[in-house]
Formats: sequence, C-alpha cells, structure tokens
Amino acid sequence: MSFLTIQDLDVRLRGSGQRLLRGVSLEVAQGQVHGLVGESGAGKSMIGKAILDVLPRSVEIAGGRITLGETDLTALPAKARRHELGQRTALIPQDPLTALNPARRIGGQITDRLTRVLGWGAARADARAVELLDEVQISDPARVMKSYPHELSGGMRQRVLIAAAFAAEPELIIADEPTTALDVTVQKQILKMIAAMQAAHNTTMLFVTHDLGVVARVCQRVSVLFAGHVVEDADIHTLLSVPGHPYSQALLSATPRYDDPRASLRPVPQSVIDATRAEAEAHDV
Amino acid sequence: MAEALQIRRRTPLRLWLSCGWLTVFFACAIFAGPLSPQDPLAQDLLFERLPPFWASGAEPGFWLGTDSLGRDVLSRMIHGARIAAIVALVAGFGACIIGTTLGLIAGYYRGWVDQIISRIVDVWMSFPAVLFAILLVAVIGTGLTSVIVAIVVIDWTRFCRVVRAETMAQSRMDYVDSARIAGFSRARTLFREVFPNVLPVIIAVLTLEMGIAVVVEAILSFVNLSISSDDPTWGGMISEGRLSIHQAWWVLVFPMITLFLTVLSFTQLGEALRERFDPVLR
Amino acid sequence: MLLLRILSRLLSIAVTLFGVALVVFVVIRLIPGNPIAMMLPPGATDDDIARLTALYGFDKSIPEQFVIWLGGVLQGDFGTSISLRQDVLGLVLGRLPGTLELAGLALFFAVLIGVALAIFGTIRRGKKTETGIDIWNGLTLSTPDFLWGLALILLFGVVLQWFGISGRVSPQLDLPFVTQFYLLESLARFRLDLTADLLAHMWMPALALALPLSAMIAQVLKVSLKEVMTLDYTLLARTKGYTERQVIFREALRNAALPTLALTGVQLTHLIGGTVIVERLFSYGGLGSMAIDAVINRDLPLIQGIVLTFAVIFVAINLIVDLLYTVLNPRLRHG
Repeated sequence: MSFLTIQDLDVRLRGSGQRLLRGVSLEVAQGQVHGLVGESGAGKSMIGKAILDVLPRSVEIAGGRITLGETDLTALPAKARRHELGQRTALIPQDPLTALNPARRIGGQITDRLTRVLGWGAARADARAVELLDEVQISDPARVMKSYPHELSGGMRQRVLIAAAFAAEPELIIADEPTTALDVTVQKQILKMIAAMQAAHNTTMLFVTHDLGVVARVCQRVSVLFAGHVVEDADIHTLLSVPGHPYSQALLSATPRYDDPRASLRPVPQSVIDATRAEAEAHDV
Repeated sequence: MAEALQIRRRTPLRLWLSCGWLTVFFACAIFAGPLSPQDPLAQDLLFERLPPFWASGAEPGFWLGTDSLGRDVLSRMIHGARIAAIVALVAGFGACIIGTTLGLIAGYYRGWVDQIISRIVDVWMSFPAVLFAILLVAVIGTGLTSVIVAIVVIDWTRFCRVVRAETMAQSRMDYVDSARIAGFSRARTLFREVFPNVLPVIIAVLTLEMGIAVVVEAILSFVNLSISSDDPTWGGMISEGRLSIHQAWWVLVFPMITLFLTVLSFTQLGEALRERFDPVLR
Repeated sequence: MLLLRILSRLLSIAVTLFGVALVVFVVIRLIPGNPIAMMLPPGATDDDIARLTALYGFDKSIPEQFVIWLGGVLQGDFGTSISLRQDVLGLVLGRLPGTLELAGLALFFAVLIGVALAIFGTIRRGKKTETGIDIWNGLTLSTPDFLWGLALILLFGVVLQWFGISGRVSPQLDLPFVTQFYLLESLARFRLDLTADLLAHMWMPALALALPLSAMIAQVLKVSLKEVMTLDYTLLARTKGYTERQVIFREALRNAALPTLALTGVQLTHLIGGTVIVERLFSYGGLGSMAIDAVINRDLPLIQGIVLTFAVIFVAINLIVDLLYTVLNPRLRHG
C-alpha cells in the first residue's frame, strides 16, 4: 500500500499551454526514500512543488491526482489543502542561503510550524527546537536559536533547515536538491544526516536530485525523468545494475565513477535524447 | 525563472498621450497670438463671469467662459502656456547645466571637490523648497526672470545628485581606464567618454524637472509672487478662480486641469525615460 | 567605531545647520526695502527709523549681525519678530505643533494607503487589479500636493459641500487646551467631539500632502514585495501551511520594507516642505502659512527662525530614518 500516490499529473504553463509534466505517475511506500532524477529542466522539482502546492504563478495543474495517505489533495479546496500540507509535509529546500528569512532569528524559523500550525506553546516549541538542533549536531543550540541567518555558515544553515523540516514530525518530506548548493566536503555530511534522520523518524521522503551518486546513497526506489515524463521507475539496485531504458543507461554512463573513470562522464548521445523526447511527446495527444 | 516569461511589455499608449499633450502645449506657447480667440488682457465688465459654451448664458467666442473681469479664460490659458513653457525650458536647462557640471566634477574627480559640492547639496536639501522659492522671489523681486532664477537656484541639486552618482558608476567602468591608458587627459576623458554615457539620465531628469518648474511657477503665481497679476499665468488664474469658486467654477477648473495634464505628461515621459536609463532601476 | 560614526554624523549635522543659517541670513539681508520703515506709521521721522534700526541691530555690518544672531540662537534667543513684535521662538513654538500634527496625520495616511495598495497589488499580482493600482500610482505620483489640495477643495468643499475648507478648528468652539498639540491633547482629554472637529479640518490638507507619498510607498514596496515573494524563504513559508496573506505579513513585509524606508526619509522632507503651500491653501494655522506671511512682511528675524526650524526637522527626519533602518536590518546592527 503506497503512502504518496501521483496519478497522471499534468502541469502546464499558463497562457501558452506548454506542458512541463506529462502524465507523471509514481507511488511511494510509507517510510521509503524515493529518488527523482533527471537533467535540469526535466521537471523533477516541479513534481515536488506540485505536491506542496507552491507552483509558480505562471504554471498550473491541468490534470491528475495527488493522494497523501487517504487524502486526495487535488480534491481539497485551496485553503484546506494548504493547512493539510502544512501539518503533514515539509520541504528541505535547495539553497540554504536564500531559504532563511534574513530579518528573523533562527529559533522562530524552526518553531514556526509548531506554534503557528500545530498550536504549541512557545516554551514547548523552543525545547523541541533545541532537541532538534542537537540531533543535527549543532553545538550550542541556544546561541544558534538567537542568531540571525547571516551569522551562520552555509552548512549550518542547511542543518537548521533540516531540523525545521523534521520539527513537526511530518509524514512526508520533499528534499529538493538539498546538497547541490553546498561544498563537496559538506555535501557528504549533510547527506548522511538526512539519511540518518529519515531512518530515525521513519519519514517518507521524495528526494529530488540530478546526481545518481546521491541517489545511490539514500534512495530505495528511483524515477528517471526526461522532458516532464517518467521514462523509468525501478528499485535502486535494478536501475544501477540493469537500467531498462536507453536514457537511464546513458545517464548512468554520464555519472562520474572513481572505480572506472574511462566508463564514466560520457555525454548522453543525441540519438537517445531524440528518441526519448519523441516518447515523452507521444503523451501529448 | 518561469515568471520572467510573464513580464509583459506595457503598451506605450500613455507615452503617446503624453507626447501628444506636450505637442499641443508647446504649439499653444509658440502660436499663442493666432490661436487665442480673444485678447487675453481685454477686460469687459459687460461680459464678466460668462459660463463655458455648453451652459446657458454663454456668449459665442468665449468658449470656456470669462473671469470676474470679463477676460476670456481660454485665451488666458493659451497665453499662460507660453509663460509656463518659457519657465519649463529656461529654468529646466539652467538648473540642468549648473547641476550637471557640478555633478560631473564631483563624481569624476572625487576628493575635496566632491566633499564641498556634496556638503552644499546637503545644505540645499535642508531648505523647504517652496519656502526657499518664495524667499528668493521676495529677494530678487517678482517677474518672469526672478521665477526662473529661483527655480534654477533651488533645483540644480536634483541634477547634481543624480549626475554625480551616475558619473561615479561610469568612472568605474573599464572603458574609462582604456581612455586614460590611451593617453587622453582627465578632462577629455570626462567630456568625451563619461559625459555621453551620463547624458540619457540627464535627459530623463530634465524632462521631470520641466514638470516641476511648471508647478513651482504656478505655486509662485498662486501666492502672487510670480508675474504681475494682469499677465495670464495658470497659477494666477487658479488663485483668482479660488476666490470666485462658488460663482464661476470654470475660472478655477480649466487652468487646474491644464496644469495637471501638463505636469502629468512631463512626469510620464520623464519616468519612462528614467526607467530605460536609470542604472538604479535598470 | 560606532562612537566615531555617531560623532562624525553629529558633526556633519552641525555643519549642515550652520550652512543653512548662513545662507538664509545672507539671502534675506539682500531683500530690498527697509523692513523697519515698513513697520512705522507714515509720520515717523528719520530719527525714529534710525533708533529702531539700531534697536533691531540692522545698522551693523552683516557679519557682525550674523555673529550676534548666532550667539543668541545658541542661547535659545531667536530675536524678535518685526511684524508681530513678539519673541520669534515663542511664535515658532506656537505654530510648530499644528504643522507637526498635520504632517504626522499625512504620514499616517500615506503609510496606510501606500502599504495597503502595495499588499493588495502583490496578492493580485499579474491580474487586472495590479494594472489598475499601477495606473493609479502613476497618476498620483505625478500630481503635486498643491493640485491635490485644489482638487479636494473643489470636490468636497464646492461640489459636494460636505466640509468647511479653512482653518485648523471651528472658531466657535471653546478650547480647553494648554498645549498647541490640539489633536493629541483632545485625544488625551478624551474630548472626542473636539477630535472630530479637528480631523474634519485636517483630513483634506493631510490627504493632499499624503497622496504623492502614498503612491511612492506603494510603488517601491510592491516592487520589493514581489521580489521577496519569489525567494526561497517565502516558498518555505508557504509549505508551512501559511496563506498568501500570512506569508506577506509574517515573512515578506519586514524585508521588503527596507528599500521603502530609505526612500521615505527623503520624501518625508518633501511632504513637510509641502505644508508651506498646502497650509496656505486651506488657511491652516501652522508654521508654513506663518512663513509666507513673514516673507511678504519682510520679517527678517521670523523668516530666519522658521527656515532654521524646518532645517532642524529635515535633519532630524533623516537621522530617525537612518536609526530605524539600522534597527530593522539585523545585518547592520551586528556589522
């Protein structure tokens, strides 16, 4: 029984009607980490934003269903949907430098969801925030709570954002390229931390990335996207050992590998791109 | 990213309207004599406070009615446009020349010259502009020249601040260094290389300034400090119209609308130019 | 470091004020005509004029007069008005509260209208409502306070005849006030009948002063708000279950307010400068209308006093805006 279900999700640009997601379907089981990979522009972030109801204004959902547990999100009125999502889901954003409000102290930004959405008291929320900051291995949590974002390093901020995402024990977390904006050295730590937190809290997670290496570390199942279309949906071992779709194969050989440098970093052949695009666009009619 | 696609090019309709009105305005200023149906100074007590043409009791030939001395409102407005245009052009360019020169010097040479000029601008900005204008006209005496001098003396700072900032920005560009390396003198670099790049901003501020000059002239006429009260000025007409507002609203309303449209046109045009050229907004 | 910044700031304020005093002092002494001769009855002898001229110190050289006047000002003595024959400081302090209350109400209107339009335009961004707000802002911004005043008089005073259009308060009212801050005192004494009468006189000149500033606030704030609304932290706030309005008020407004605040300082001095003509237009008894009378009467000591007062207000506004800017921007506070 899957926990998050997306059926035939269609997202279009308002006005021109250009399709950004073409009939995307996927199922994520409770407690699983599901990866979404693809090149930039493939629409992987768009899926996360569609689930969280934060699509840009220029874009609209033209069809399909998103179900979270027993709740059909697409059937809810806008305000109720926001509230439902606020209580049950969270986002770990891509760029820790812009994802924290520069005018507010860290503490409030972690406890927001607890006090505003769940209605906790300030003292209880603060205690919980300190606990979470401990969990993401930030020393001196009390001081960090009182700091402003510009006083923290990029890695620290991303830890804060992870703590904030797990604060209200959400059922689903969407991690939107959470390590892309970080230094390579910090990336590994953060990735380990997210995986550990996910396991400890048994949270269902949708992990958006362009990096198959990252997927291999944290995900159990993967969907490969091209031009807003899912070309392959497989468990991680199958994808890495016997990728079914030519585009997945090409993507795999484009990923850097230290064990066999000559077999890696190959550009995706044009013929594969063209064939996959044709396959994606076949959905349009 | 996707939202950037949505930026719409605004229709230039308001610009066309502004330019159209300004054309009418300057045409009235140049051809005030032949365009006026009546002598703007001719008083006729038999024809006092005639209403505009559509109301009952109107006389043919006095399209927009007459004031309390029987003078034709339309003709006075057309001749008022001449005074407004003279003030806008002469005062605008005067303030522009002084402010631009000082702004270029302060922004390019920096150092103590900049310190002194900036300090003077600070002092100038600490005067309430309207009060300063009234004070100056009281000192120099009333008349068209005094009004123009007062506006120039007060408003050069507008140009100076903008030009100084823009010159400083341009001076940091590589082309300025190239010119210096090529062996041009500092003065030549300033006027041949920097000035042409600052010019668009200057033109935008000049257009805005012309609108401001028209208002200041009207305000000075309104407190009876501009031209002698016989001469037709929009501000003077507004001042008179305010007194007979209950008997003859048209004496107040028509010059007000004209003043409003003229200022609006200058501002719209100036803002449009600034949006295109201002480095801060760009 | 901070102390040094404050000191240099204070020094530059002192230099600016000294410059203002000097310029005004020299300029008004160029006014042709002997102000003393104007105040005496036609039968006065040359001897009388000479005696009175000496009394006001106008027989001394301009530098000498300046030193004497400046010495007086530093001790709180601004001289004696020629036309009203009263202490200048007393006259200025008597009229200043009226102007400050008017400007304060105007600022309140401007912020209220400007912020409301900006927020409404941001919520409805990309829709017809936003275009409408943009057009209104364009019109309002290019219409000076003088024309707004006339338009309001015409509409509410003449066409609709809803409101009287002159003065600060209805003359038949019995005023129990001990200060000149009528509006504040009427509120403090809970005399709401007087507050209502004062507001009925004030709202039109205040609105005329407020509208151009409100358009500026609306325009600048809307641009920054729209920009902030595309940033990640507002997106994150939306995923927390916030509504669009909550995102604006809790997350975006404070960050978007900074550029607006910086511009409001300069514009606020324009607003206060505008009181000169607007007070005249509505016959509102404030510092501005007294200033015009002083110029027309060639009342040199009074003009000096009023212009210096305006300069002090302008400098104070810029200082306050700078302080607010620092308080609202955590980066500057700890920098």
